[in-house]
Amino acid sequence: MVEYLVIGAGVVGGMVARALCRYTNSVAIVEKCSDVAMGATRANSAIVHAGFDCKVGTLKAKLNVMGSKMMPEVARALGVKYNPCGSLVVGFSDEDRATLEELKVRGETNGVEGLVILDRAGVLALEENIGDDVTCALYAPTGAIICPYELAIAAVGCAMDNGAELHLGFEVARVTPVMEGTRVSFYEVESRDGRRIETQTVINCAGVYADEVYQTLEGEKTMDFSIHPRVGEYLLLDKEYGKTVSRTIFRCPSKMGKGILVTPTVDGNLLLGPTAVDTVDKSDTQVTPEGIAKVTKQATEQVKVNLRGAVITSFAGLRAVGSTGDFIIDYGHERFINVAGIESPGLSASPAIAEYVIELLKKKIGRGAFVVRTEYTPNYLSLAWLFHEMTDDEKCAVIAKNSAFANMICRCEEITEGEIVAAIHREPKPHDVDGIKRRTRASMGRCQGGFCVPVIVGILARELGVPEEEITKFGGNSYMLVGKTKTGEEAQK
Amino acid sequence: MKEMQTKLVIIGGGPAGMAAAVSAYDAGLRDIVILERDSKLGGILTQCIHNGFGLHRFGEELTGPEYAARYIEMVEARADGIRVYTSTTVTSLTQDKVVTAMNREVGMFRIQAGAIVLAMGCRERPRGALSIPGHRPSGIYTAGSAQKFVNLEGLMPGREVVILGSGDIGLIMARRMTLEGAKVKCVCELMPYSGGLIRNIEQCLNDFGIPLKLSHTVTQIHGKERLEGVTISKVDERRAPIAGTEEYIPCDTLLLSCGLIPENELTRKAGIEMDPVTGGAKVNGERETSVSGIFSAGNVLHVHDLVDYVSEEASLAGLSAVRYLEGQNDMPLDIKVKADGFVRYTVPQSVRRAGDVKVYFRVADVLRNAEVTVTVDGEGVYRKRHIKLAPGEMECVALKGEWLDGAKEVVVCAKGEERK
Repeated sequence: MVEYLVIGAGVVGGMVARALCRYTNSVAIVEKCSDVAMGATRANSAIVHAGFDCKVGTLKAKLNVMGSKMMPEVARALGVKYNPCGSLVVGFSDEDRATLEELKVRGETNGVEGLVILDRAGVLALEENIGDDVTCALYAPTGAIICPYELAIAAVGCAMDNGAELHLGFEVARVTPVMEGTRVSFYEVESRDGRRIETQTVINCAGVYADEVYQTLEGEKTMDFSIHPRVGEYLLLDKEYGKTVSRTIFRCPSKMGKGILVTPTVDGNLLLGPTAVDTVDKSDTQVTPEGIAKVTKQATEQVKVNLRGAVITSFAGLRAVGSTGDFIIDYGHERFINVAGIESPGLSASPAIAEYVIELLKKKIGRGAFVVRTEYTPNYLSLAWLFHEMTDDEKCAVIAKNSAFANMICRCEEITEGEIVAAIHREPKPHDVDGIKRRTRASMGRCQGGFCVPVIVGILARELGVPEEEITKFGGNSYMLVGKTKTGEEAQK
Repeated sequence: MKEMQTKLVIIGGGPAGMAAAVSAYDAGLRDIVILERDSKLGGILTQCIHNGFGLHRFGEELTGPEYAARYIEMVEARADGIRVYTSTTVTSLTQDKVVTAMNREVGMFRIQAGAIVLAMGCRERPRGALSIPGHRPSGIYTAGSAQKFVNLEGLMPGREVVILGSGDIGLIMARRMTLEGAKVKCVCELMPYSGGLIRNIEQCLNDFGIPLKLSHTVTQIHGKERLEGVTISKVDERRAPIAGTEEYIPCDTLLLSCGLIPENELTRKAGIEMDPVTGGAKVNGERETSVSGIFSAGNVLHVHDLVDYVSEEASLAGLSAVRYLEGQNDMPLDIKVKADGFVRYTVPQSVRRAGDVKVYFRVADVLRNAEVTVTVDGEGVYRKRHIKLAPGEMECVALKGEWLDGAKEVVVCAKGEERK
C-alpha cells in the first residue's frame, strides 16, 4: 500500500510526485512507456511562457504566471538548464498591432510584468535577424526557455531520491475502489500485464490518455471530460544557427491560428514549430510534408534564416487538449484527482500545478497531515549533467578518479563514456538508446548518432548485462539489431 | 592539466593524417604527434573491408584495412619521429595553435603546436537533414553506421533493406548486406544520376540484380516502433515527388547514403575561414588555411572520391607544414582560383607559392562532350575535352608555374551538354 499513486511520468506527474515527497516517501509513479517523459513532455516547444496568452480568470492563466515565477528556483534545485531569455510576439500589420495591444492588457491583468509594445526599430534593436515584414512586437522580458524532458527526468529522479518508486511499462488497465462502508478504503490499480498496486490516493497525470485512465475507474464518476491529441511538428536546427535570435519569437495570433515560434533552446540549437493539427490517434507523431512546409514558411517570415542544410532533425509531439478549454484539475472520485487537459502552458505551469494538487489534498485530508519531512531534499544531482558544465580543472579531477570521462563517445555534443555510464546508473534509469539521448544529449547533435549510436548500443548492452540484439531505440519493438552476421555467429561459437 | 609542446600536431589518424605525418617525417621533421579518436589508426578505412583502394597510390587493388596497414607500417617505421595517441579526442583548437585533447591514459592535456594539420575526415548526412515524413522508428541508419555494425561488430542491423542515396558507401553496403543474407530491395537516388563511382554501380548493384531507381526518393516512413516499410516516389526535374508514382516497399531497414559532410567543428570554432561549397576550410596551394601554420587535407577539406588522392593531398600538407616550420615563408603570389560554368568548387581556392600546382574540382551535373578550360587573368592557358564529366568523380587540372607568375586570378571552367 502506498499513500499516493501518480499515473504518468511526464513533467506534470514528475512535479506532482516531487511535491508529494516533501511530505511522505510513500509515493508510486506508474508509467505506460519504457521511460519517463515519453508523452507530451518529450516533444514540445520547451518554453516557459510569461502568461499573457491565457484567457483572464482561467486556471491556465493563474498557474502559468505562478509556475513561471517558480521555475528559476525549481530549475536551480533540479540542476536543469533554464534561460530567462525573454520573448517577442511579432506582428506584421496594424491588425496584428491591435491584437498585441489586447495581449498586453490581458497579460497585465494576468499579472505578467514588464510587457512593452515595440515598433520595428525597437524589435531590430533586440533581434537583428527579425523578418523584413515584421512591423511591431510585444516584448515579454519574463519569458524563458527550459528543456522539458530534462525537467521531468530530474523531477522524477528527485522524487525517487526522496523515496518514491517508479514502475515503467505499467499501463493502467483498471482502478478499483475498495470500499469500507460508504467510504473508499483504498484503490487497487492494476496494469495490463497484471501488476497490482494499492494506494490511498490516485493522481491521474496521464496526458493525452487522462480521459481513458479516468474511464477505467470503477465507480461513479463525478467529472465529465475528454482529451483529444493535437499534433505539433517541429524542425530542429544545427547549433550553428542557435544564435540567429536570442529570444523566443512568437507569431501574433490571427484568424489563421496561433502561428509558430522560433526559439533558441537551452542547449544552443534553434527550434521552429509547432503546427497545430487536431487528430484522433493518440500515438500519431508523424512528421508530414505539409507540416514541414508550414513551419518552414512561417519561420522564415518571422526570422531571417536560411534553412538549407540547417535542419538536423524533424519531429512531432502531441498536446493533450481538454474538452473544457482550461486545465482540468479536480477530484473525479473520493480520493482520485484528475490532472487533465494540460496543454500549453502546461510545462510553464507544472510546478504550480503540483502545488495546486497539494492544496486540493490539504483541503480533503487536512493540513495537519502535511508536514515537511526533515530528510526531504528538493534537489537532483546527476554526474552526467554536472560534468558537462564543469571547468577544465574540475573535469581533470573527475577524470583522475574515473578515466571513462576522458573517453569521448558523442563527438558532436562532446559526451563521454563516463557521462553515459553515469546516466545509465542514475535514477530514473534509462534502458534504451533514446533514454541515453535525453539524459546526456549523446546522438542528439548534428550527425544524429551516425558515429556514436553503435558505440552506445555496446555500452548499454555491457552495463545492462544483455546482448546487443536486445537493445532498443525506445522500448517495445524498436530493436536496433536483428542478430549476428555470418562471421559474428561463427565468432560466438 | 598536462602541458606539452610539439612541432607538428596532426588531428586525425586516418589516411590523411598518416600520410601527412609520413611526408613531414620524410622531409626531415622528427617531432610529430598524431591524435586519433579511435582505438587504432586507419580512420574509416578500418571498416571498409571491400577492395578497390590503392590503384593509383600503390598500383594494386587493396582492401581498406590493407591500405590503412600500409600507412600504419610507414608510421610505425618512423616511430622515432612520430608519436601516436589513439583513443584521444581533440576538444578545442585555437588560432595560437593550442590543441586541447583528452584520453583515458593522460586525462585532459594541452599541446602548444608549431604547426597543425587538420585531418578529421567527414561524416554522413543524417535522416533529420532529409526531413522524411513519418514516425521515427528504429531501423534507419546511415550506411556507415550499418557498415560499422556489420564489419566491425558482427551485428546485423536488419534483413530487408532499402537504401536511399547512391553514394559509394550506400552501394558498397547494398552488396555487403546481400552477402550477409539480407534482401536489398532497391537503391533510390533523388538525382537522375548516381553520385557513386561507375565501378561500384556495376560491382555492387548490377552484379547482384539490385535495382537502382534514379529520380526516386523515400516519401514516407512506415512503422512506429521498428521500421515496417517505406513509400518511394518518382521525382520531377525539380526533385519534387510526383503524385501517383508512390510505391510501398516493405522493409525493416532503411540505409541512408545521402552525402558526406566534412567534419569541421574544431576548424569553425577556431575561426578559420570556410568555403561554404566544400564545407571545408579555404586553402591555398600549400593546403594552408586562413590561419598561417594550420593546414587541412583529406575529406575534412573536401570530400574525395578515392583515398589515393587523400593520401596525395595530405602528403603535400605535411610537406607544407615542414616548410612553414623551417621558415620557408616566401609566398610571392596572391592568386585567387575561381570556379566557373559547371565547376562547383576548386581546391585550392588560392595560390601563394610559385611553382606547379594541381587544382581539384567537381562538376555540378553530368556533362557529355564536355570541355574544361583554365584562364589566367582572362587568357586561356588550358583546354581539354572530356567525353563525360560526373559529380561523383573528382577532376584535376595541373597548372604550370610559368602560367602563374604575376597573375591575379585563375578561373577553372567546365562546359558541356547537360542531361535533358
